[in-house]
Amino acid sequence: MLTRSESEPKADSTPHVRAVRVTKRFGDFTAIDSVSLEVETGKLVCILGPSGCGKTTLLRVIAGLEVQDAGVIEIGGRDVSYLPPAQRDFGIVFQSYALFPNLNVEDNVGYGLVNRRRARREIAQRVRELLELVGLPDQGAKYPAQLSGGQQQRVALARALACSPSLLLLDEPLSALDARVRVRLRDEVRALQRRLGLTSIMVTHDQEEALAMADRIVVMNRGRVEQVGSPAEIYGRPGSDFVADFVGAMNMLDAIVIGRGLVRAGALTLSCCHLLTRAEGRHVKLGLRPEEVRIRGLGEGAANAILVTVELIDFLGPFCRARLRPKAAPELVLLSDFSANAMRDLSIREGQTLTVALPPDLLRVFDNRAEAGS
Amino acid sequence: MTLTAGIPAGRRLPTERIAMRAAILALVIFLLLAIACPLATLLSKSVQDGDGRFVGLANYVHYFTTPALVESLWNSTWVAGLSTLLVVPPAFIYAYAIARACIPGKSLFMALALLPLFAPSLLPAISLIYIFGNQGFLKGWLMGGTIYGPIGIVMAQVLYCFPHALMILVTALGLADGRLYEAAAAMGTPRWRVFATVTLPSVRYGLISAAFVVFTLVMTDFGIAKVIGGQFNVLATDAYKQMIGQQNFAMGAVVGVVLLLPAVLAFALDRHVQRRQVALLSARAVPLQPKPRPFKDASLAACCLLIGGAITAVLAVSVWGSFVTYWPYNLSLSLRNYDFEAFEPNGIGPYFASLKMAALAAVLGTIIVFCGAYLIEKGQGFRLARAMAHLLAMLPVAVPGLVLGLGYVFFINARWNPLGVLYGTIALLAINCIAHFYTTAHITAVTALKQIDNEFESVSASLKVPFYRTFLRVTVPICMPAILDIAIYMFVNALTTVSAVIFIYGATNKLASISIVHMDEAGATAAAAAMATLIVLTALAIKVLHIVLDRLVLGQLQAWRNR
Repeated sequence: MLTRSESEPKADSTPHVRAVRVTKRFGDFTAIDSVSLEVETGKLVCILGPSGCGKTTLLRVIAGLEVQDAGVIEIGGRDVSYLPPAQRDFGIVFQSYALFPNLNVEDNVGYGLVNRRRARREIAQRVRELLELVGLPDQGAKYPAQLSGGQQQRVALARALACSPSLLLLDEPLSALDARVRVRLRDEVRALQRRLGLTSIMVTHDQEEALAMADRIVVMNRGRVEQVGSPAEIYGRPGSDFVADFVGAMNMLDAIVIGRGLVRAGALTLSCCHLLTRAEGRHVKLGLRPEEVRIRGLGEGAANAILVTVELIDFLGPFCRARLRPKAAPELVLLSDFSANAMRDLSIREGQTLTVALPPDLLRVFDNRAEAGS
Repeated sequence: MTLTAGIPAGRRLPTERIAMRAAILALVIFLLLAIACPLATLLSKSVQDGDGRFVGLANYVHYFTTPALVESLWNSTWVAGLSTLLVVPPAFIYAYAIARACIPGKSLFMALALLPLFAPSLLPAISLIYIFGNQGFLKGWLMGGTIYGPIGIVMAQVLYCFPHALMILVTALGLADGRLYEAAAAMGTPRWRVFATVTLPSVRYGLISAAFVVFTLVMTDFGIAKVIGGQFNVLATDAYKQMIGQQNFAMGAVVGVVLLLPAVLAFALDRHVQRRQVALLSARAVPLQPKPRPFKDASLAACCLLIGGAITAVLAVSVWGSFVTYWPYNLSLSLRNYDFEAFEPNGIGPYFASLKMAALAAVLGTIIVFCGAYLIEKGQGFRLARAMAHLLAMLPVAVPGLVLGLGYVFFINARWNPLGVLYGTIALLAINCIAHFYTTAHITAVTALKQIDNEFESVSASLKVPFYRTFLRVTVPICMPAILDIAIYMFVNALTTVSAVIFIYGATNKLASISIVHMDEAGATAAAAAMATLIVLTALAIKVLHIVLDRLVLGQLQAWRNR
């Protein structure tokens, strides 16, 4: 009953939502700059980026709440570029819940149904189903102020789903919630979205949320798309130093190419597998995630093995994050995550000297932004 | 490339947006007609001669070369300055006692001090005549001086302006950051130094604002100077004499513009000062909880008792006087003065005309102001028109009632104006009052609307619910307390105002406040006091009704506000 025939996942993968070279300016400020985006039917796409990157503006343009200055929006194969929100067929959930405080939960959920002149009994039935769907079957008579934040957001979700939209838009839906509630609701929203096969776009600044929920992630920065990919791609093969830095933690070392597969970072000479055809003398940035710094199984003459001093250890529960300074290049800092096991087995202490390796196949290479332009 | 070709076809406006735009247009047209056009007509009238020919600044030259008129300007200025000096310090002490001390009966003291707001400005003047006038019982206290002149004006103005200054200062003193006081105490700072370095700087802007407001009120008030001014001329009475007495409309317009200038100047300076205040109190400020300090509290309570008591006593004299059979010879109480047929050609008529006008202003004004604020704040499209509407809505606070009234006379009576049919009607009086009190009501509405989640409109659009349905079903219920505030504010002010309506009432619908002026002019002071008493009692009754309504009815209807 809750799955809609018209928006069942289709066999062909034509995108359900398409934004083509969309630009939106506010005065002199370009909020989004020629951004294109595709969302396949039934998938959940996360738009991820720091505050002010234009992600919410993009969502509002797709919803028709803002009118773009240039570009085209298609939903379900229909050009909706200049249609008002009411003619675009979507449901939306906001960070602030935006529940009507003077209406009880049932009236909030049924708000859009009443307008469609459905029979009263039919509406009540539908509202009951929706409240069950979001796990609040007995709360219909309460007012929003009497519910917790998590419950309010469930009601907002039920309200957005009430009219069986073909598209669900989520604007930082979990950001106002406590950490624990956030994780639980995150899983529930994801499960619900999968079950209904509902095409969804979620805006978030929380990379963990994006990695956990999305089928695809669109990373935005300064009004432009930095990278589009699956969570594994975004995390494992960040396309730029911005993405690398924004999604997860990443050590960044300034380096210079000194030969085939060889770079120098400070006084360290490192081999690296991903230099491709970059010429000698080229300035690059090397990226290595803290958990990729190797400490075990370093045989004699392991590649990129360096001697470091453990300067500081932050205890983070299941693992420790250590700040390491290479003996040969004490101006460099490496962050490194050591599992609790490794900490115990190798009895790592502050002030200690260790040998670690920076695996050449994991050292990502980014062009220096300033130079990439020239 | 091909994708962009389809834009114009998709750019149809749905009826909902057309409705929104039509409403915005209607609002702008109303504000232009009710506020901008009268002012523009006044300005143009001041540079024309009696026959409507453009004469440049000749009228102004004439004005500033007529010693009697210039003297009025000087009189108004020094009276306003002196009144400001006399109002602000006691208002500060009173506000300090209410906001920063642990005195008992704070709401009672507040209510006593706010009493003058529920009376026409004439009432304190009439009271002073009873007390210090030719037949006053404390005439001797003036030591040979006369109350009919600057002394009386200043005393009456102090009473009349006190609540205006008090409200601003209570707000300013209420916005204290408790952490600053704790930090000062932690460093062992003596109390006088805390007062000088923390308290005073934080209310500096409030003090300036209060001073501006009082100065402007006194400068432009008509009723007090009319009743107790005697031969002492001020700008407001000049305008009245030029218009009504000498029918010299060009000179009336010039006096109007001269009255407008200090008000606009004070408003501009105040806005400038206010803008700098914003950063003073951060969002993380902790409200200050005053601690009991017996000596301080007792002396402040004594001050409040004295000031609040004096205000109440003075106003009460009029009420008492209205019941006295024949002052000062027959002090027995009777209702003789309430038999208005004997003093006023229209009898009790003006009272009911006032009620009708105030009710119309309250209903119509509340609808226009609230819907207008909604369109300005939450509307879509016509960005420029909405910005202009907001500007127009903020304008009347800088326009004295007398000046707006003058503008209305010129605008409505212009030969080319089809709205002339409205002249002398209750509707025109109500519209004039709505325009005159627009700004405060507008700010109340905007403040309430700003507290509502901005996404309500987005949500209802996504649910395909038209904006007007959400407006009626959600926005209006949520803002009900603010809407009631606006209605009461409009009603009470429309009931008590003199200056806004003195020029535009018609013969058949003379208002109570004007009837007071006329009866006082005719020497029927007791009847004037009686009519004023009726107005005060009505305004107070409405206010009490408001409080009851707020507590009981809204408390039950709006259960959703409680957690």
